[in-house]
Amino acid sequence: MIEVRFAGFGGQGIIRSGLILGRAVSIFDEKFATMNQNFGPEARGGACSSQIVLSDTKILYPYVTRTDYLVAMSQDAYSTFEHELKDEGTLIIDVDLVRANSNKKTYDIPSTRMAEELGNKIIANVVMLGFFTAISKVVSKEAMEKSIRESVPGRFIDLNLRAFNKGYDWGDKKLSEDN
Amino acid sequence: MNGNQACAEGSLAAGCRFLGFYPIQPCFEIVQHFADRCVDVDGTFIQMEDEISALAAVLGASWAGKKAMTVTSGPGFSLMMEHVGLGVMLETPCVIIESQRFGPSEGYPTQAGSGDVMQSRWGSHGDYEIITLSPNCPQEMFDLTVRAFNLSERYRLPVVVLADKAVGSMVEAVIIPKAEDLRLKKRKRYSGPKGKYLPYEYDKDLVPWMVKAGQGYRFHVTGLTHDEKGYPVMNAKCQEWNVHRIINKVRLFSDDIIDYEEGYTEDAEVLVVCYGSVSRAAVRAVRQVRKEGIRAGFFRLKTLWPFPEQRILELARQVRTIIVPEMNYGQAFLEVDRCSRGKAETIFVHQDFPKVRSGVDIINAIRKADVKA
Repeated sequence: MIEVRFAGFGGQGIIRSGLILGRAVSIFDEKFATMNQNFGPEARGGACSSQIVLSDTKILYPYVTRTDYLVAMSQDAYSTFEHELKDEGTLIIDVDLVRANSNKKTYDIPSTRMAEELGNKIIANVVMLGFFTAISKVVSKEAMEKSIRESVPGRFIDLNLRAFNKGYDWGDKKLSEDN
Repeated sequence: MNGNQACAEGSLAAGCRFLGFYPIQPCFEIVQHFADRCVDVDGTFIQMEDEISALAAVLGASWAGKKAMTVTSGPGFSLMMEHVGLGVMLETPCVIIESQRFGPSEGYPTQAGSGDVMQSRWGSHGDYEIITLSPNCPQEMFDLTVRAFNLSERYRLPVVVLADKAVGSMVEAVIIPKAEDLRLKKRKRYSGPKGKYLPYEYDKDLVPWMVKAGQGYRFHVTGLTHDEKGYPVMNAKCQEWNVHRIINKVRLFSDDIIDYEEGYTEDAEVLVVCYGSVSRAAVRAVRQVRKEGIRAGFFRLKTLWPFPEQRILELARQVRTIIVPEMNYGQAFLEVDRCSRGKAETIFVHQDFPKVRSGVDIINAIRKADVKA
């Protein structure tokens, strides 16, 4: 069983990220996934997180207790949820938005900057999803691409897939640097 | 999809074409989803001035021939109580989706609770039987909503789906069967000669035949004690004839209604009785202590009312201890305690607010019960 938390601000696509990952795992990888979300009353700018439990068998308890992966897209998200990470867990951050000082394994990516280069910072979460997919390997790349196709409006599919692949390649590069 | 969307899909798949409501959280998403989708199937939704009239509109729609439901949460359910009784007395098929939050009164609107278990059974005055179902995942929000419509059509009474905030907002994969694979119950219709229709004449299933308003049949229905013509008759004989039957039509057929899930009960010495979102933590707790060699089992109520008295008694005779975790201060626990008739020790585990707990306290309770043996 793998527990994942995406966290950031409302408007960054944090909950959408959880939905895309959950859909990829439960529908396209034919495993099991449960997603829950937390957000404040604000439409944008409030603290926001989604928690996803992934498993090969039916999921019983639907919330995360000790996360295997924390994806932090704001400083606030990092400081709120860093302690929840398992000792052997992995922290993934947007390097321009989070200053991390964690003793846990950390990977960083300038996802928002990359999204801006692609033409729209709104797809920073999809860059991040690509990065997460490469680093974590908890879901197949093919399933994630199918899930993105089903989760975004038709005219934005290509842009989102480019964003996903940009993040994925960055993750691949980081992993090979590690080895 | 999440549990709320699954519930709306379930209602539409079951043939619901009327939703009367008054806005409330944490279930409003069901209304939104129904509103988005009902235009495709020529359905109607109407926001009334309060929950009292919301359920009244639903009862009216049902008599007009539609499958109808309302969606609410604790405070709205309290307001609906008078019409729950009316629905029972008029024998009107309808479904009430109740997404529980923490109370009393307005309470804590955005977090899950299970404080309305007894309210769903006893909330309206007088004496009656009702059916209450308890889903624990988005798939069951779909499946049990369909079943609620089937039961309400079969038994001609309001059926409550007692959900909560947690199962409503949880997102999981939901399998929606093809329309032809869904087994839907049809309302028992009268099609005899117009002059001979008696709205409360019944046969061996104790359920009267129903007509649709506007078909040309003359009929009268009232919340007062009535005879088979549907007219008020105030005497002891009629009271007995009327109320005895609407209670028996559920009690005598409870085996057909009651549904539950059991696990590891064959050799269990400690039994966890659970329902709703807490059951997910409870079943996990049982699996975990099994690995430690503790002979624990679980019994998950999918129907809260009528209560599975017989099976609880059988299990009470077999096990030593029954543990009941609930997100309230002891409601289904009282029923378990009553049904086990002192044959097993019964222990209540309060599940602390504000979110569904991970089951550590359930594990501790099981271990403690095991050590005592």
